[in-house]
Amino acid sequence: MPKTLTVPETVTLEVFRYRPEIESEPTFDSFEVPYHPEWMILDALNYIKDDLDGTLSYRWACRMGVCGSCGMLANGQPVLTCATYLESLLPGPIRIEPLEGFPVIRDLVGDIGDFMGKLSDVKAWLIRDEEKPVEEGVYLQTPSQLEDYKQYSMCINCMLCYSACPIYRLEPDFIGPAAIALAQRYNLDSRDEGAAERMDVLSQHDGIWGCTLVGECTEVCPKGVDPAGAIQRYKVSATIDYFKSLLMPRSSS
Amino acid sequence: MNPKYRPYYPRWYRKRVPIFWWLRKRSYALFIARELTSVFVVYSVAVIVALVLIMNQGELAWVKAMNWLANPIVITVHVLVLFIILFHTITWLNLAPMAIVVKLGDRKVPPAAVLIGHYGAWFACSAMVAWLLIWRS
Repeated sequence: MPKTLTVPETVTLEVFRYRPEIESEPTFDSFEVPYHPEWMILDALNYIKDDLDGTLSYRWACRMGVCGSCGMLANGQPVLTCATYLESLLPGPIRIEPLEGFPVIRDLVGDIGDFMGKLSDVKAWLIRDEEKPVEEGVYLQTPSQLEDYKQYSMCINCMLCYSACPIYRLEPDFIGPAAIALAQRYNLDSRDEGAAERMDVLSQHDGIWGCTLVGECTEVCPKGVDPAGAIQRYKVSATIDYFKSLLMPRSSS
Repeated sequence: MNPKYRPYYPRWYRKRVPIFWWLRKRSYALFIARELTSVFVVYSVAVIVALVLIMNQGELAWVKAMNWLANPIVITVHVLVLFIILFHTITWLNLAPMAIVVKLGDRKVPPAAVLIGHYGAWFACSAMVAWLLIWRS
């Protein structure tokens, strides 16, 4: 009850600005936006763009935590701005910055080309040795087999985990949390036969062994994917595979 | 194109990672602390290996080593090292269920069971070493 008495009329957002055509270093602009308890950070940013400064650039699409495009830092913490209440960051000022680890193109927009490339490097799709003809129908799967990978399939490619990962910031060649979790999503899928192909990329230094288990990727994941767990599980299976191939060189695929 | 080649975009802003990036968040600092404790794990292994080697070099060398170990300063340092290694071991074992997911048939073994298994193995090994060192000598 006492909370309702202290509801502010407005809240201040300090927004990271970078306009390469007029400035070589980023600055922060302060905006005062009306406070509504039901507003998310994204609502406040949309208010700024519509009513205060139309030049503010940022990405967003679905407004419901599915598209993964509105990830930003709010007071230094990577969040989906469409799923973070202004209320949770009161009294402000709330500092909004682009995700860390990605070069900034403009304002809150980072370049995500690196992540997109890594997604295809790890072959994050179903691989079959031989495709079944369409007439033979779908690939069947039991609920238990679905359960094996379902958690990893919840990834929405929002890249909050990359932003939270200090390894990725220090060594940009590291394949990174989401891409490895998505590789694991297909490895653990009973319909997939591409684990050996992915292992070539992932068992390298820049793959799973780049991870030193800080664990922040799992902390910030808005979908409960647990990329840190995926990477550690991968390390265990890569090690088992290695010793298997040492002991039984012929049986390994 | 060489896959290592990255096109240069002069207008992109890239933030430098500060040297003390790990002081910014509690979880980062804890992570660095855990990583640093491995230095002391290496130290304790080195001491044990050295003792085994000294054992081969006659009684005089052994007595000297024992005297060094009995030095109050060395004892204080080693008690400190013990606590650091305990921190290392506990934080490490707590992460085990994350890496090891066991399935028995269709059912997943609960993470707590994996954790208990690790602690159990640790205590069993420690008890065996204690038995060898304390009760048998």
